[in-house]
Amino acid sequence: MYDVILPLKLFKSSRLTILAVAAVAVCVFVVIVVMTVMNGLVVDFIDKNHTFFSDCIISTDSLVGFGRYDEFITSLRSCDFVDSVSPVINTFGLVKSDSSGKSAALSLMGIVLDSHTKTTDFAQSLYYRKDNPSLAFSPSYNPQLQGCVIGVDLLVERDQWGQYRQMPYLPRWSYGITCFPLTPKGTLVKTGTMVSANTGTFYYSDNSNSGLAKIDSTVVYLPFEKLQSLTGMDIGPKRTSAIFIKFKKGFNSDKSIEKTAALWKDFVARTPDPVVSDLFKTVNVQDFRSYRRESIAPMEKEQLMLLLLFLLVGLITVFIIFVIFYMIVGAKSRDIGILKSVGASRIGIMRVFLRYAILTGLVGAAVGIAGALIFLDNINGLENWLYVKFGFQMWNREIYAIGEIPSQPGFALPIEIAAAAVVACLLGAMFPTIRAARQNCVDILRVNQI
Amino acid sequence: MKLNNYILTCQQIFKSYRMGATRLDVLKGIDLNIAKGEFVAIKGASGSGKSTLMHILGALDKPDKGGVFFEDKNLSAFSGRKINEFRNKKIGFVFQFYHLLDELTVLQNVLIAPMVQSGTIGWLLHSAKVKKTARQLLGELGLSDRTEHRPYQLSGGERQRVAIARALINQPDIILADEPTGNLDSKTGNDILKVFEKLHSAGQTIVMVTHDDRIAEKASRIIRLADGRIASA
Repeated sequence: MYDVILPLKLFKSSRLTILAVAAVAVCVFVVIVVMTVMNGLVVDFIDKNHTFFSDCIISTDSLVGFGRYDEFITSLRSCDFVDSVSPVINTFGLVKSDSSGKSAALSLMGIVLDSHTKTTDFAQSLYYRKDNPSLAFSPSYNPQLQGCVIGVDLLVERDQWGQYRQMPYLPRWSYGITCFPLTPKGTLVKTGTMVSANTGTFYYSDNSNSGLAKIDSTVVYLPFEKLQSLTGMDIGPKRTSAIFIKFKKGFNSDKSIEKTAALWKDFVARTPDPVVSDLFKTVNVQDFRSYRRESIAPMEKEQLMLLLLFLLVGLITVFIIFVIFYMIVGAKSRDIGILKSVGASRIGIMRVFLRYAILTGLVGAAVGIAGALIFLDNINGLENWLYVKFGFQMWNREIYAIGEIPSQPGFALPIEIAAAAVVACLLGAMFPTIRAARQNCVDILRVNQI
Repeated sequence: MKLNNYILTCQQIFKSYRMGATRLDVLKGIDLNIAKGEFVAIKGASGSGKSTLMHILGALDKPDKGGVFFEDKNLSAFSGRKINEFRNKKIGFVFQFYHLLDELTVLQNVLIAPMVQSGTIGWLLHSAKVKKTARQLLGELGLSDRTEHRPYQLSGGERQRVAIARALINQPDIILADEPTGNLDSKTGNDILKVFEKLHSAGQTIVMVTHDDRIAEKASRIIRLADGRIASA
């Protein structure tokens, strides 16, 4: 029982305990805050990629695209694990603003609104037609005109809080969009000896805020068939660049992708037409992570680096606890001698100090978690206050596509960090505790008697 | 083999310490018998080895050579666990500097030995009875109104009485006291000595280390140590 009472008494009375608890609390606080913010940003980024690009993408990097996509889409729709499917054209074009006269080479994305809004969260990214996404390509001022949806960062500026300064009404802006059509063999379509270029006029009908900065600052969305025509993908076998697939809930994503890949392989094998099958050679079936690996991989690498850095924080905690417990054991050597003189065993002495370490870890973790939760709860308010008072902003919202700083640590993270803190305390206290248990009580009592 | 009727017996105890390159021979062949109920004073000048002898008698330290027998059982044959049990149940230590745990109250300091003896569940089952005994013991030593005080709130004499209560709580066979009055003024020292006399008259075996003739005279037997040997007994 002494090994239950004494750790509590030591914890309450030793001033060094305050140092140990403070050290643990600070480490826990830092780890929770930084991991919440950084993990939140990474998870948010991955999530946005997921909802923008769907679960599975069958795509080619070739601007020529691939044919017979409609047949494959029909067969996919009959599969029990498929929720929705939509073809997508990814290409480039010259976009000229008729009002300003400025031109820019931008990414063009051709989508079928009905199926695309079922397959992705595109509808949620719209501003004017969020509630009626099927009209996204119909300008509200004249639904008969051919509309285009423009990436929000191409048109709308943000204020210092990161909020877009959207116009309350839809302006009547038109754009001339030019594409260079390609034949199924990949050659430019020519009229006589001249390279043919297809141009169409599109009216600004909405803007899309996907939350993915690179997408929102480079992509113009057009109706699928219109873009297919502009790019010459309607010549010969009709072509697309990609097929986005959303799986039904409850179906394992990896297995569904495997099934889709098998279906695609089978489909390709059953295509004898050499012109069409040649285009299939560059087609990949992959999940959104692989499809977007160029963007996601660096962030995941950063996450790993962060984990390694926190491992160092953990080691520092262990070292701090080691030093503090070394001091505590030194200060309490007389007590160890007394306990041994009344028959306490080495294991008993170890239990006293290890329980003391666990208590230090638990209380330190609790204080750190409480501090971190309070801080995270107010992090955005604090940042706003710092901005108003001192002009300081952690991430300039005019540059970074961050609405609010992530502040939800979830349930598991604090528990994991608390467990790690207790383990760190135990590790840090282990050597001083063993030293305490092995001390010769005669030496201790004699020294303390002098 | 039954050696004799003594409760504690030392046979040819040798003990030395190393101080750098020098070897310091502290005990040089001590033979000592302590009978049950005896009040033995071990007397000697500073450095004569009396504290070392007491530590060896109480199994706090081991002799380099020779044997210590408690009721005919050789302590050097005891396992670590047995030694701990021996110190807990059979011996009660009283130190010159009291050696109380500052974090605990007077009552908790007295209870520490029974706590060490019993596990958590055992303690929860029997603590009420043990606490009653401890309070009774503290009452007998004039500390009934000090049970919830902390050691720093007590006088030297009171602290030493708490240490005596702690030594007595497990009803040990022997009390080993190392200069118990050495840190007290003469009046308080006399009070403490009276406690020991009372314990002795109640049949308690006491071995007390002292260098004070006046205190040693209260004992039923005086053993004089000089230069690591028994000079007279």
